[in-house]
Amino acid sequence: MADQQVHMRVWRGDAQGGEFKDYRIAVGEGQVVLDVIHAIQAQQANDLAVRWNCKAGKCGSCSAEVNGKPRLMCMTRMNLFQPGETITVSPMRTFPIIRDLVTDVSFNFKKAREVPAFKPKPKEPDGTRRMFQEDIDRVQEFHKCIECFLCQNVCHVIRDHDDNKPAFSGPRFFVRLAALEMHPLDTNDRMELLKQKAGIGYCNITKCCTEVCPEHIHITDNAIIPLKERIVDRYYDPIARLVGLFSTKNK
Amino acid sequence: MAEAKYETHEYDVVVIGAGGAGLRAAVEASAQGVKTALVCKSLLGKAHTVMAEGGIAAAMGNVYPEDNWKVHFRDTMRGGKLLNNWRMAQIHAQEAPDRVLELEEWGALFDRTHDGLILQRDFGGHRYARLAHVGDRTGLEMIRTLQQHAVHKGIDVYMECNLQRLLTDGGRIAGAFGYWRESGKFILFKCKAVVLATGGGGKAWKVTSNSWEYTGDGVTMAADVGADLMDMEFMQFHPTGMVWPPSVRGILVTEGVRGDGGTLKNTEGKRFMFNYIPDFFKAETADTEKEADAWYEDKRNNRRTPDLLPRDEVARAINSEVKAGRGTVHGGVFLDIASRRPADYIQKRLPSMYHQFKELADVDITKEPMEVGPTCHYSMGGVRVNADTTATTVPGLFAAGEVAAGLHGANRLGGNSLSDLLVFGRRAGLYAAEYVKSFSGALTINHDQVEEHARTMLAPFESKGSENPYTIHADLQQTMQDLVGIIRVESELKQALEIIQKLKQRSQRVRVEGNRHYNPGWHLALDLHSLLTFAEAATLAAIERKESRGGHTRDDYPSTDAKFAKVNVVVRMKNGELALSQEPLPEMPAELKALLEENK
Repeated sequence: MADQQVHMRVWRGDAQGGEFKDYRIAVGEGQVVLDVIHAIQAQQANDLAVRWNCKAGKCGSCSAEVNGKPRLMCMTRMNLFQPGETITVSPMRTFPIIRDLVTDVSFNFKKAREVPAFKPKPKEPDGTRRMFQEDIDRVQEFHKCIECFLCQNVCHVIRDHDDNKPAFSGPRFFVRLAALEMHPLDTNDRMELLKQKAGIGYCNITKCCTEVCPEHIHITDNAIIPLKERIVDRYYDPIARLVGLFSTKNK
Repeated sequence: MAEAKYETHEYDVVVIGAGGAGLRAAVEASAQGVKTALVCKSLLGKAHTVMAEGGIAAAMGNVYPEDNWKVHFRDTMRGGKLLNNWRMAQIHAQEAPDRVLELEEWGALFDRTHDGLILQRDFGGHRYARLAHVGDRTGLEMIRTLQQHAVHKGIDVYMECNLQRLLTDGGRIAGAFGYWRESGKFILFKCKAVVLATGGGGKAWKVTSNSWEYTGDGVTMAADVGADLMDMEFMQFHPTGMVWPPSVRGILVTEGVRGDGGTLKNTEGKRFMFNYIPDFFKAETADTEKEADAWYEDKRNNRRTPDLLPRDEVARAINSEVKAGRGTVHGGVFLDIASRRPADYIQKRLPSMYHQFKELADVDITKEPMEVGPTCHYSMGGVRVNADTTATTVPGLFAAGEVAAGLHGANRLGGNSLSDLLVFGRRAGLYAAEYVKSFSGALTINHDQVEEHARTMLAPFESKGSENPYTIHADLQQTMQDLVGIIRVESELKQALEIIQKLKQRSQRVRVEGNRHYNPGWHLALDLHSLLTFAEAATLAAIERKESRGGHTRDDYPSTDAKFAKVNVVVRMKNGELALSQEPLPEMPAELKALLEENK
């Protein structure tokens, strides 16, 4: 196949501001958006800033917005677009810009530090750990997360509301918390964190996060909703509250 | 004072690199009570380990109770064509099971056996099903578990911080110097010990499974301060990388495909691996399709399929098939699991392979064969270390993981890398901490040393030349691909050396545009030094070893040579030039030798 020319619009700039710049560049067979960004970098703009590592959808480094849609650039094939279509690549909007397509995702690393650690129960009497595949299947789904932070980027609680960030962990961390809560060996309790500091109540299950997840994790259905249910059971269950009242009196 | 001029931090131990080895080293050093920093050039959790697919080799015996460290030791040594450091291979085989179980204590969830233990899968060169795994994304599980553990332990992490030079005082490690990728500003670490956990240099080749990070930093930093390098001629070309479309060429296809029943076929539909069983592995390899297929279910009465010969053998076989005209039009062969296993089994066992081929190549691996060919994957060679302590030949400098040499000899078995990272990562952290505790002298940072590094690193901005760093990198990759590839010959290796010298000169004339603020062109310009050093060391060592063994195949010396069976090729910097020597392998104790001679 002969190389085809495409018209790319790539956001260039830093925290002070920037603009879309136009590039015309040849596209080879089977290429993905990241290949084209790399070609621009090698041939036309050596200093074009972009993060990437594995180029195979496994590390979650090259997140960006392609024609407005949050995607991994390494998994976005150029043949997805119509011939002649202009392709616009911009950085994730939810995080502060560092430069060009690179954003400051330190928010996520801060939230990671707030998660109470895994705390396993004692071993079996024979010194082993026994877990059964059917009991860990659902947690393994959560462990597929590659921390691309596209779910965080698309989440409307924080996308245009910086002020919500201190009180909201975001879908990535609901997945993480669900993984810990549903881990068959774990004994730590994270309900208070979920309700307060992680702010799961802010989520009104619009499933935007699930839609953009490149690992196809059912974030809303399998992680967030069950966590919300656990909180309701713990804090708002009328029978439990009654029992709670009595037990307080009796103390 | 350099400390006054640049952002300076003081630690006992600085770990460079945050893949499996670096994370495990930092966790250990910190647990030993010394002040530890973990410095990595990508974001935390994105290092190469995340891409590892198949599993962690450890003789836990959950699937085959007859498995034990002795069998694992034997397999590792034989896979490495007996050039491995025997003591490293012994420690590795003995300690790997504990390191895997430790990950479970920290929250990792491996696939399970029917009775609830960690499931183990078949891989090339391993006598028993031995790889603890999570589908085909074991590296992700491993790095995330270690990363979260390190975060909970409160270890200081410096992300997107690229350390490029080691600083010494009287021949001892005194610190490290580099830059923040975001601001481009320099950063200085004062420390008593450095653990290198920087991985390999596979980005010097064109068709590679390696990411931008694999620029040979650790090997180069170590060589620059006088540490010995060893076994640099042994580069592993993984037999199965993607070959089509061109944009994905080199991306890894896990050996787990063959471990789970996939077979290699040529365009005539023949399972050609039966024609490539070397004498060395004849006794333990099936010679009929019937026996090979029966082996998956019954290892006691059948020998292993030749599809799971060690990687060097399989890569050479694929190369030969393609050369003989039995390859696909894209220069690969077929890897078929579709006709051999049910679709739901494939999806369950190999989800990311399914996803990768579907999205990137429009191939449904449950319905059609994959097209695969060799891809540059792993460096067996690296910095020479003490087998027990991971100490290099420079006091205060330790190395673990792919950057270190010795464990894998001439060829690494699949699955032995992740276990290597855990076993020797932990040891590096432990012995670096011990070194620090027993060291009482004072160390000073040499201001002139730092200033010289700073000047060199800023030179590309002030250069009067017009060389593009990307072009030099591409030229190096093409050179190594064409002249220092799977099959080597002296005339081509010498030609490669000449080109590398020219590229070194050109790299002095590199000019970068823009400023220091997150500037990948500048970053690559700085990486050229380590890419070229790595490539030069690999090429020099390849010329020196005039035989074929493991990951080093010489067309002009096609057999193994008993003389070379007894030596490692060592490379070290002398007066600014890389110099070679051949040094004898350490003598193996008789009881371990006996293990190697057992045939079954």
